[in-house]
Parts: sequence; C-alpha cells; structure tokens
Amino acid sequence: MTEYTIILLSVIALFIPLLGFIITLFSGKKFPKVYWFEVGVTGLGLLISIIICFAKLAFYNNQNIISGFQWFSIGAADSPSRYFIELGIKIDNVAALMLLVVYIISFVVHLFSVEYMHGDKRYNRYFAYLGIFTFSMLGIVVTHNFLMMYIFWELVGLSSYLLIGFWFEKKSASDAAKKAFLVNRIGDIGMFIGILILFFTYKTFTFDSIFSQISQGHLPFDSTAWLTAAGILVFMGAVGKSAQFPLHVWLPDAMEGPTPVSALIHAATMVAAGVYLLVRIFVMLTADAMLTIAIVGAFTSFISATIALTQNDIKKVLAYSTVSQLGYMVMSVGVGAYAFAFFHLVTHAFFKANLFLGSGSVIHAMHHEQDIRNMGGLRKKMPLTYLTFLISSLAISGIPLTSGFLSKDGILAGTLAFGKLTGHWLIPVFGFTVALMTAFYMFRLVILTFHGEPRDREKYEHAHESKFVMAAPLVILAVLSVFIWYTPNPFSPDAGWFLSSWVKTPHTVVPAESQFNFMIYNAAGESALHGEIVHSELYTETIHWAHYPAMLLSLILAGLGILIAYVMYQWKKIDVDKLTEKLKPLYNLSLNKWYLDELYHATAVAGVIGLSKVLAWFDNIIVDGIVNGAGYLTKLTSKLSGLFDIYVVDGLVNFSAFFSGFIGLSFKRIQTGKVQTYVVFVVFSVIILLLIFKSF
Amino acid sequence: MIHVGLTHFLVVSAILFSLGIYAIVTRKNAIMVLMGVELILNSANINFVAFSKFGNLGLGGQLIALFIIILAAAEAAVALAIVLNIYKTFTNVNIDEIDNLKE
Repeated sequence: MTEYTIILLSVIALFIPLLGFIITLFSGKKFPKVYWFEVGVTGLGLLISIIICFAKLAFYNNQNIISGFQWFSIGAADSPSRYFIELGIKIDNVAALMLLVVYIISFVVHLFSVEYMHGDKRYNRYFAYLGIFTFSMLGIVVTHNFLMMYIFWELVGLSSYLLIGFWFEKKSASDAAKKAFLVNRIGDIGMFIGILILFFTYKTFTFDSIFSQISQGHLPFDSTAWLTAAGILVFMGAVGKSAQFPLHVWLPDAMEGPTPVSALIHAATMVAAGVYLLVRIFVMLTADAMLTIAIVGAFTSFISATIALTQNDIKKVLAYSTVSQLGYMVMSVGVGAYAFAFFHLVTHAFFKANLFLGSGSVIHAMHHEQDIRNMGGLRKKMPLTYLTFLISSLAISGIPLTSGFLSKDGILAGTLAFGKLTGHWLIPVFGFTVALMTAFYMFRLVILTFHGEPRDREKYEHAHESKFVMAAPLVILAVLSVFIWYTPNPFSPDAGWFLSSWVKTPHTVVPAESQFNFMIYNAAGESALHGEIVHSELYTETIHWAHYPAMLLSLILAGLGILIAYVMYQWKKIDVDKLTEKLKPLYNLSLNKWYLDELYHATAVAGVIGLSKVLAWFDNIIVDGIVNGAGYLTKLTSKLSGLFDIYVVDGLVNFSAFFSGFIGLSFKRIQTGKVQTYVVFVVFSVIILLLIFKSF
Repeated sequence: MIHVGLTHFLVVSAILFSLGIYAIVTRKNAIMVLMGVELILNSANINFVAFSKFGNLGLGGQLIALFIIILAAAEAAVALAIVLNIYKTFTNVNIDEIDNLKE
C-alpha cells in the first residue's frame, strides 16, 4: 500500500459522510428508508478507516504521510509579504487512530439510533445531521493545517448546535443549543486570534512548517511570551470545545439532545477534539502555556467531579463525569504526559460512549424517565445493559483489567512526576481526589439505577431489554473497554503496542530556556529521526518512579470510592438524607453546580444585557436623536422653501397674472364693441398725430 | 368780388368732413351714420377737385372724384342692403343695440 493510496483512502473516508448527509437530507421525504444509506456509508467509512489505520501502523509506523496543495495565495506575486494558503491531509499515527475511533463510535451510534430514534418525525434529518457531524469531525482529525482545523472546528460546532437543538420544540433544548453555540464562540475567538498570531509570523497555516520554523528559533515578535500567548489562545478553542472551566457550562445543558448524540458528540468525539487539538500543537507549547493548561485541566476535573456527586439526572451525572475526564486529558497534556492524554482520549471515548448509550437504553426502556431516583432494580430487567454499563463504570473508575485503568494510571503517574519535578503538588492532589470521586459517583449511579428495589413500580413493569441494534453497540463498546486491545499486560500500559510503538511523545520545538528542563530532548539521544523523540532521562525516570505509587494509590482510592458508594446506597449503612442534612452547604454547592450558571447569569449575561441596554439607550437617544434631528431639519427647510415657493415664487407668478389681469381690465373699457367710440379714438388719434408731426 | 381760392375750398371741405365725422359719431341710426360717411366721401371729392384746379395735377383729381362718386353709390347700395337685412333680423337699426358679436 503506497502513501498515495492512504491519502486517497483518507480523502474518501473524509467525504463519504458528507455524501451521506446530502443524500439523506434531500431525499428523506421521498424515501423514508434512506437512513439505511447513511448507516451504510458510515459502515463503509469504518471499513476504510480500519484499512487506513492498519496500513499506517503496519507499514508507515515511523513516518507521517502528508499531502497538500496550494489553495490560493494572498499578496502580489514576487512580493515578500506573499501568503500561501494550503489545504492538505496529514496522517500520522495519532490521526490514523483517531480516524478509527471516530468511525467506530459514529457507526455504533448510527446503529443504536436506528432503534432509539424510531418513530421520530424528523428521523431522516437526524441521520443527516449525524453525517455532517462525522464529516466535520473527520476534517479536524485528518487536516494538516490550522485553517482547515478552524473551518471544521466551526462545522463541528454547527452540527453540535443542530443536534442539541434537534427537539427544538422544547424550549430547554433550543436554549441549550444556543448556549452551547455561544459559549463555544468565546473559546473560538481566542483560538482564531492564536492562529492569526502564528499565521502572520510564519506566513503559513501548516502545522509542520510552523513547528519547523519555531525550532529554528523564529518566534512571533521574537519573543517566547508571544509563543506562550499563541499556545494559550489556541488552547482557548479547546477550553470551549472540550468544556474546560470556565466555559464548561454548556456541556451539561447539551444533554437536552438525543442520548445517542450525547454519546457521539458530547462524550466521545467532539469534546475530545479540544484534546486532539492540544495533541496537535503539543510541540509548540511553552512551559508557561503547559502549566496554564495543566491547572485549567486539574481544576476542571475537580470542580465537575464534585458536581457529579449529587446530580440526580442520569445524563447529567455522565455529562459532569465527561467534563471531569476531559479535564484529566487536558491536565495530562499540561503535565507533558502527551501519550497518556491521547490514550485516555481513546479509552474514554469507548467507555463513555458506552455509558451514554447504556443510559440511552435505560431511558428508552423507562419511557424517557431520566431521574435516577425513580429507577432501581433494572438489573433483572436489562441484564445486558447492566453488564455493559458495569464494565464501563469499572473502566472509568480505573479498576484493573479495563482500558480506563491503564490510561488513568498513566495520567496520574504523569501528574505525580510533574509534581515532583516542578513542585506543583496541587495538580496530582486534584488528580487523585478526582479518581476517588469518580469511582464514588459512578457506582452511586450504577447502584441507584440497576440495584436495589424499583422505586417506580409502574415504569419498572414496562421496562424491557433493548433490541439487537441497540444492544450490539453496547457490547461492541464494552468489549473495546477491556485492556487487551491496548496492551498484553493489564498492569503496565507501557508494555503495550499502543504506547510503545504507536503513540510517542514528539520532540518539543520550543526554545530550551522557555521549556521545562525535563521536557527538553537530550541531544545525545538517538531517535531524533522521523520527528519524534524520547523524553530526557529525567522525566522517564520520574514517571517510572511514579508509576507504582500512582497505580497503588489510584487503586486504593477507586476501591474506596466504590466501597463508600456501596455503603451509602446499596447496604444503606449511612443514612444519605442525614448526611446531606449535615453537609447542607457543601451539598447545595455541588447540587447547584457551584452556582456557576447563576454567577454567569449575574455577570456575563447580565453584563451583556446591561451593555445592550446602554447601547439601546444610545440608539434610542443619540442615534435616533440624530436621525430625528436630521428629519426635523429637513422638515424645517422644506417648510421654509415651501413658504418661499408659496409667497415669493407663487407671488411673482400670481402677481404677473394679476398684473396682466389688471392691465386687461383697465384696457377692457376701451374695447366697447361700439364702432362710434372707435371712430372717436381714430379721429382724436389722427388729430394728435397731426399735432405731433406738424412741426416736421 | 371776392377771389375764391384754394383755401375756401379746403375750408368748406374741412367743415363738411367734420360734419360727417360728427354724424358718424353721434347718430344712433345706422342710416344716419351712412349719410355721415357720404359726407366724408364728398368732402374728399371737393379736395380732389380743388387740388385738381389749383395744383398741377391735371384732370387726375376730377377723374378720381368721379370714381369716388360711383364708388359711393355702390357703397350706399351695399350698405343699405346690409342695413335692411339688419332690420329684418333685429327689427332695429340702432347700432348701439346690435352687439351680438360682443360677448
């Protein structure tokens, strides 16, 4: 398989969901079964992506496949300020794996939706939207430049907007869609500015040529501070899309969309795009930028884990859990554990999609009941859903033999190493606290939903296991949440092919003085070839040092979290209500999401409304005043010129008429019509003439 | 015996002319106006004859005078016919009241 074939296949894989979108959208009315075309197209894409991923990893493991062409250029020919805008595709190992992940999730979600959305009045449109989403997500994955990244970034935002607001008749759904779109826009502005800083410095959008120019010491405005700024600004895009604090508020609201959409977009793929972006720009992040990213990620994962503890809506718990895990990934990039960030992205995509689809299965069975207080005992009714949900819960809690254990352990080891090397111990503290809370809230969810006695008898009686098309995705994803796909040794992620040969941390291109010293590549090392390198000995050693403590501690904490959940909800040794009463302020803080929505309403929303009011006042008084004044002035001058017209112009005209009339009237008397009078005039005239001419 | 010169003729002619004008201006009866016109024509005749006799014009003046007499006769005939027609139409020959063309 040549590189050319791989590029060709990626282009096909990129564009067939678009084809599916167009055909499904425009023929949905005529052919009600056209959604099978969309599902089939995604299945075909899945096959192609398997081929691409296999070919890339097997034959071109150490080589990036890049292909691009010049789209257009700006500026006069031969001018030094000429900019070339390129489009192109970059398939490295990360992109190939991501391509496969997106297609797997997209395909199972398509399958799941066939049953879940059955009977919806906009059934085909739903599938068309899934198609445009898949297309835009793949665009982010395969692109080789910032411009295409940004374009697809916005397209992803659009499809997310369309899908969150899919049931737009519901006020809450259309509000959530608006909120998601607007909050994302805030992050995107930062990302756009960051991209422009890079573009105007390096005159290109292409990742690799920007990075190679940085490594040659060419910096924006000759300052590493600007490089840091560019990194943080681009990271702002990830803050919006990956729902990091302070812009995470849109993601829980986005659960208004159909549940399979939550699985596809708001758990597995789109929200991971932010992390993917960070993975892409990892090499140009300076120490300051990385520290910022790590702090934002750690704080996000902590704050949303505390919120997830008390939520009662099954999807809200999962949503906050998603924000928390995304915080993990971002934090992981920040502490330099690049490979583990991407690893966690992949494992999380599978088990979180599974959790969402499982919750979708439950919601479907319970006739759109989402409150876990009304569930319970579903284990007997839905054994398959229960089993897959349990596996994924174990994975997200970080229990051995699952994929989540491997990636989470790696991230925690990375934070621990980071803490030891830089002294920022708060980051690993946050990380481990979150691990405890994650295990607790996930098992609270499992116990309240599936264990115990049914609390709503009537709905329980009607509940039933899902059909095959809904069950199959759950099984597929649960199977993918097991360790064996990533490493043969369930206790050592490093031993696996995923980390040892597929995903390697690339060499930072940032000047040495503005990078963490442990991140700098040791020039004596040997594998600087092919654009990838190993960490200096120090970081590797520290991670090895951190590996076993981190594993042990995370295991203890996860076990503790699960135990507490069992004690509180299964065996009911602790009265939950009394505990809630005792910790009322903390409970309220968590239940009300740290009052962040209220805070934003009071500040940002109220600020914008206040500003709008000021602007409206300005509009009404000043602008309208000017307009009205101009109108009044025009009216006045018109009146004056009207008066001039009436009195002067008309006066003249009338006067001349009057004058002629007057003359006519006076001479009218002469015209008596009596011949004799005329004769008298003639005679007298002759006499007068004679008298006059006598003298001549 | 008083020598009768050109002046005498001209004075008579002038008196006659004035009388004619007076008749035309003051009379209301159309026939009277016509008679005034005749007087004026004849005053002109006297002038022609007088200038013919006292000037160096030869017999041209007298010839014109004859011509005017004939013309006056023709005119009188036509004018009287008109006056008759007016009378037939309006039962009136008073020129003050015949003002249908006015208006």
